[in-house]
Amino acid sequence: MTIALPAAPAQAPRRQILVATAMVSASAFMLIIGMIAMWLKFRAGAPTRDSSDGLKIIKDWMPANVTIPEVAANIMLTTFPFGALMAQWAAYSAKRDDAPHRSLALAISFLIGLAIVNAQVAVYSQMDIGLADGQFQTMFYAITGTMLLLVVGAMVFSLVAFFRSVGGRDNDTDVVNAHALYWYFLTAAFSVVWFVVYVQK
Amino acid sequence: MTIIDTHVGASTHAQGTGSAFVASVGQWITSSDHKKIGRLFIGTSLLSALLAAVLGLLFGLERISPAHMQIFNGDATPQLFSLYQFALVFGVLAPLFVGIAIAVVPTQLGARAVAFPRVAQFGFWAWLFGALMVDISIIGNGGPGGGATDLVDLYLLGVALAAVGLLAGSLCVATSVLTARAPGMTLDRIPAFSWSALIGSFATLLSLPVMIGTIIYVYVDHTHAQLIFGGNKGIDSFLGWSLSQPMTFVFVIMALGVVAEVAPVTARTEQPLRPIVLAGLGIISTAVLGAVTQSAHVLDWAGTNSDKVKSTLLHSLFNGLPLLGMLIVVLVSLLCLKIGTPRVTASFALSLLGALMIIVGVLGNGLYNLKPASLDGTVFSEGTVLYLVYGGLLSALGALSHWAPLLWGRAIDNTKLLGLALVGLLGTILASFPLYIAGFADQPANTVMGFDYDGPIALWNVLTGLGHALIVLTVIGFVGLLIDAVRNGESVSQEASA
Repeated sequence: MTIALPAAPAQAPRRQILVATAMVSASAFMLIIGMIAMWLKFRAGAPTRDSSDGLKIIKDWMPANVTIPEVAANIMLTTFPFGALMAQWAAYSAKRDDAPHRSLALAISFLIGLAIVNAQVAVYSQMDIGLADGQFQTMFYAITGTMLLLVVGAMVFSLVAFFRSVGGRDNDTDVVNAHALYWYFLTAAFSVVWFVVYVQK
Repeated sequence: MTIIDTHVGASTHAQGTGSAFVASVGQWITSSDHKKIGRLFIGTSLLSALLAAVLGLLFGLERISPAHMQIFNGDATPQLFSLYQFALVFGVLAPLFVGIAIAVVPTQLGARAVAFPRVAQFGFWAWLFGALMVDISIIGNGGPGGGATDLVDLYLLGVALAAVGLLAGSLCVATSVLTARAPGMTLDRIPAFSWSALIGSFATLLSLPVMIGTIIYVYVDHTHAQLIFGGNKGIDSFLGWSLSQPMTFVFVIMALGVVAEVAPVTARTEQPLRPIVLAGLGIISTAVLGAVTQSAHVLDWAGTNSDKVKSTLLHSLFNGLPLLGMLIVVLVSLLCLKIGTPRVTASFALSLLGALMIIVGVLGNGLYNLKPASLDGTVFSEGTVLYLVYGGLLSALGALSHWAPLLWGRAIDNTKLLGLALVGLLGTILASFPLYIAGFADQPANTVMGFDYDGPIALWNVLTGLGHALIVLTVIGFVGLLIDAVRNGESVSQEASA
C-alpha cells in the first residue's frame, strides 16, 4: 500500500471569471466585427443602376420599401449604457458588501436585457420583412439575430449573478465585475451594429 | 461544490470486470481531470490524423490515373477533399495542440487543474461531435457542393460546433496561464511552451469567431434564401480560408513552443536568450491579422512603383512576419545546443524536424502568394497545408514523447522513436514536396479529374501517396511505442518532465 501525503490546498485563483469574461468578450467582439466586415463587403459589392430619370445612381442593397424603425433602434442604443450602468452599480455595491443594492442592480440589468430583446422584436415586427426576401434581409436577420443572442447571454449572466447574490454569495465580486465587463462589451458591440446596420444601413 | 479529480491513475472500485469497464468509460466521459481531457483530445486527433493520411493516400493513388483507378465517385471528390482539409486542420492540427496544452500547461504553472475544467470537457465533446457531424454530412452527400440540403446544413453546424469546442479549450488554457500560476511565477518566468499556449490560445480566440460569423451568414442564407453565398457550391469560397494559410499559422504557434521548450532540456542548459524566444513566439501571432482579414495578400509585381511597394509590404507583413518569428524561435533554440552539452533525444529530433517542416510550409506559402509564380489554384497550396499539418504532427509527437512521463508515467523508448522520427520526416517530405513540383506543372487543387496525369506528374502523385502511407505508419508506430511503454515500461517520475 502506498502512503502519500494529501494534496496541497488549491491555489486561490486570481480573478479567473473576470479574465475569462474579458477573453470571451474579445472573441464575441471579433465575431461581431467579422460579421460587420462581411456586411460592408456585400453592401459595397451590391449592384448599382441608374434611376429612371437618369439623375441618380441607385445601389440595390436595401429595398426601397424597407424602412428601419429608427426610434426603436435608437432606444436600444441608449438602453445598452443603462444596462452597463446597472451592472457597474452592482459591482460598486459588491465592493462595498451592499447585498440589497447588488441584487437590485443585477435584477434591473436583467430587466434592461429584456427591454432590449423587446425593442429588437419591435424592430423585426415593424420592418415586416422576410428572412428569404433578399440579400439585405438575410444578412440583417443574421447579424441582428447574433447580437440578440449575445444579449440573451447577458440576461442569463445577470440572472445567474442575481441568484448567487440573493443566495448569500457576499464575496462574489469577481462574478459581478465580470458581469459588468460583459455589459460594457455589449454596449460597444451594439454601438458598432447600430451605426453600420441601423444608421448607414 | 465542484469536485475536480486530478490524479492520473484515479480509478473506481467497481464490482466485477464488466461494471469496472463501464465505470472506467463513464469516468473518462465525465472526467474533469485536465490530463484526461487532454489525452482525449490527443487520442482522437491521432485517429483523425490516420483518417486524413488514408484519404491523402487514396487521393494520391487516384491521381496516378483517375480513369483507371476510380476509387472515388467523380461527384463526391470535392466533398471528400473538404473532409480531407477539415480532418487535417480541424481534426489534427488545432485539437492536437489544444489537447497537449490542456494536459501539460497546468502542471507547468504549478496549478492543480486547468481553469474551468468543465468548460474544457465541454470543449472536447463539442469538438468531437462537431467533427462527427462533418463526417456524417460528407458521407450522406452533404458538405460543400453536396446534394443533400439538410446534410449541407449539418456540415455547417458541425464546423461551427467544432470551432466552439476549440474556442472553449483555448479559453481554458489562456485563462489558466493568466490566473492559475504558482505564487512568484510571473508571466516572464513561465515555460516557453506555456507562453506559446497563451499566445496560440489568444490567436485562436481572436480568429475563430470570425469564421463562426461567416458560418452564421452562410447557414442562415443556405437554410432560407440561398441568394447570397452561392448555395452548396459557394460554401468553400467563403469558408475555405479557415482551412488554409494563414489561418493554419495560428494553430502551429504551439509547435514552435515545443521546440523552444525541449531544446534547453536536450542541451542541459538554460536558454540564454529567453526573452527573444518569447518575443519570437509573439511575432508568429501576427498571423492572426492575415487570418481575420481572410486574405492571402498576394505579391503582384505589376502596376506603378507605389502599387509594387504596397503589395510587397502587405505580402511581407502577412507572410514574412510569422516566418520571422518562427526563424527566431528555431535559431535561438538551436543556440542552446551550442552552449550546452546536448544529447540525442527523439523528442527534440521530432520537435525540431516538425518546426523545420512548418518553416518550409510557410516559405512555400510565401512563394504561392507571389503572383508571377502563377501557382494560384494548383496543388502547391495542398503541399503547403501538408507541410504545416504534418510538421505540426511531428512536433506534437515530440511533445508527447517529452511529456510522456507526465501524462502516462512512462518514458517512450528513445532509440525506436528516433527511427520513427526519420520515417515521419520522410513521410512529411514525400507527402508535401512532390505537390510543390506538381504545382509548378499546373496540377489543379482539390480535384482529381480534368488533368492529364501522364508522365512525371504520375510519379509525384505516387510519391505523395507513399508519403501519406509513411505518416500512417508513423502515427501507428508512435501509438504502438506508447502502448508498449505504458504496459512494459518502467515507471518514471511524473515531475521529471513537468
